[in-house]
Amino acid sequence: MKAIVSVKRVVDYNVRIQVKPDGSGVVTDGVKHSMNPFDEIAMEEAVRLKEKGKITEIIAVTMGGAKNEETLRTALAFGATKAIHIKEEGEIQPLTAARAFAAVFKKEGASLFIAGKQAIDDDANQTGQMLAALLDLPQATFAGKVSIEGNVATVVREVDAGLETLEIDLPAVITADLRLNEPRYLKLPDIMKAKRIPIEAVTLADLGVTAAAAVKVIKTTPPPSRSKGVMVKTVDELVAALKAKGLA
Amino acid sequence: MSKILVVAEHAEGKLNAGVAKVIAAATPIGGEVHVLVLAADGASVAAEAAKLAGVTKVLVADNAAHATPIAANLAPSVVEVAAGYTHVLFPGTTFGKDVAPRVAAKLGVPQVSDVMAVHSATSFDKPIYAGNAITTVETPAGTMVATVRLASFTAVAATGSAAIEKVSVATVAAAHTRYKGLEAQKSARPDLQSAAKVVSGGRALGSSENFKVIFDFADKIGAGVGASRAAVDSGYVPNDMQVGQTGKIIAPSLYFAIGISGAIQHLAGIKDAKVIVAINKDADAPIFEVADIGLVGDLFTLVPELQAKM
Ligand SMILES: Cc1cc2nc3c(=O)[nH]c(=O)nc-3n(C[C@H](O)[C@H](O)[C@H](O)COP(=O)(O)OP(=O)(O)OC[C@H]3O[C@@H](n4cnc5c(N)ncnc54)[C@H](O)[C@@H]3O)c2cc1C
Ligand SMILES: Nc1ncnc2c1ncn2[C@@H]1O[C@H](COP(=O)(O)O)[C@@H](O)[C@H]1O
Repeated sequence: MKAIVSVKRVVDYNVRIQVKPDGSGVVTDGVKHSMNPFDEIAMEEAVRLKEKGKITEIIAVTMGGAKNEETLRTALAFGATKAIHIKEEGEIQPLTAARAFAAVFKKEGASLFIAGKQAIDDDANQTGQMLAALLDLPQATFAGKVSIEGNVATVVREVDAGLETLEIDLPAVITADLRLNEPRYLKLPDIMKAKRIPIEAVTLADLGVTAAAAVKVIKTTPPPSRSKGVMVKTVDELVAALKAKGLA
Repeated sequence: MSKILVVAEHAEGKLNAGVAKVIAAATPIGGEVHVLVLAADGASVAAEAAKLAGVTKVLVADNAAHATPIAANLAPSVVEVAAGYTHVLFPGTTFGKDVAPRVAAKLGVPQVSDVMAVHSATSFDKPIYAGNAITTVETPAGTMVATVRLASFTAVAATGSAAIEKVSVATVAAAHTRYKGLEAQKSARPDLQSAAKVVSGGRALGSSENFKVIFDFADKIGAGVGASRAAVDSGYVPNDMQVGQTGKIIAPSLYFAIGISGAIQHLAGIKDAKVIVAINKDADAPIFEVADIGLVGDLFTLVPELQAKM
């Protein structure tokens, strides 16, 4: 049984985002990039499922420019058995990514697709659900726990009201939430070994996919800044400050 | 002229409070605003939705496939009803985030996630990078699907009286997905997402027993209770209390961050709070850069004292 995991290259979550003064976007040149944290979790889950014998193959897929190859190398170091690079420069709409992943899913005859619940750059939280819709597959988003028995996955989902449990038949799409697992530290020998594994490169045209109509970004601005507050020294001062604001 | 469809979230026969905020986002788009209730029996939810100011019609699609909130069943129903609408809006909750992209993909249109401001029928603001940048976007021709960032809008009043109309959809429940239940924390405290005051605790609390300090203080001032990811991951409190980029985004009048360092992912959830109070023993904690009022010291002595004095 094959699983596909999508891995996106994003600005590292520790980086303080700077908006370009001309409003044309955020500064990404010369800024540290990493695998989207939710995709690390998705990768880890796939590796654990393989270690448990639930799946036999893990295909990592990414879509983006030449540098995305680094992200695939990380996925291979995690334990992906194959890596596919969908080459595409510039902005990628979640619907376009979903169409491309759907084509790869069909071509590979996979049984499970694990995506991150959201990419921390666009914060869209769309791709997995769109993919499931395009393939008419069941979806279990925001997974906090996954167990697979035969052809059935039981997924505990992190929803606003608490924890929801769904049972879905494979093939299916699952999106990983933060508490699904804690990704392992990659070991140097695994990182070295990953460098030698060939990466398969394809284009949207190869996959027979057309890009979706784009939501155009007109301008990017920094969020309104909060004005600097006051420091108080005692609880009494705090209570007084709250009273002054009509809050106590 | 726009024609807007707002998909209603509901549970146990009650309309989700976020829907009134989605209506507030829909109104400036201009045009008819219809609410769609997908339920097994949506009568009580529809009656509530009909009262929301600005709603021009409520559509109720009663169908056994809608008995539980399964995206694979709800999305086809939305798509069926969506014909002729220019906008399909969902609350930016886990429900909306689960269903909306499935609808957009089926319609073959892109989605705008977390709309925080409406400039026109095709121009919207949305946050990216955990709210550290805001983009103004222009949607392409065709139906636009969006989720609404609830913290950015004030709920409309319940002063309307829209007509309620029954509609039927052909959806049959998919056999491939089975709903096994919801483990919900029953709490008498104000709901985190609508509370006027919220008290959150972080990793500093150290245990679920110690979290009582936070609960006791919150109860004294009638506040909802939240937590940082670290507090949730450590098992002090359940996941539905997480505030932040990947948890709940809230906009209370008063927010207390207690023993929380102020990571950007946490701040993403509280940027719209009117007043932020931080209590932290580390004077250099980043939370103090955004706090309106900061107090340095040990929470285990300061919070009980504050509780006594408020
Ligand atoms: C993709 C991603 C998404 C994330 N999403 C979220 C999210 O939605 N929400 C979220 O909160 N986090 C999120 N995080 C995690 C975030 O980066 C931080 O790790 C987390 O917010 C830290 O929680 P904390 O402030 O409680 O813990 P810490 O950073 O460990 O801070 C604890 C604080 O308590 C103070 N302290 C200790 N003892 C005391 C005492 N006795 N009295 C007073 N103060 C004391 C310390 O000085 C310190 O500042 C996310 C991370 C990633 C990578
Ligand atoms: N360009 C991409 N390359 C690889 N994975 C992607 C890409 N875009 C989206 N994804 C996957 O889809 C998830 C959700 O992304 P988004 O819908 O953009 O928030 C991510 O966590 C990835 O797993």
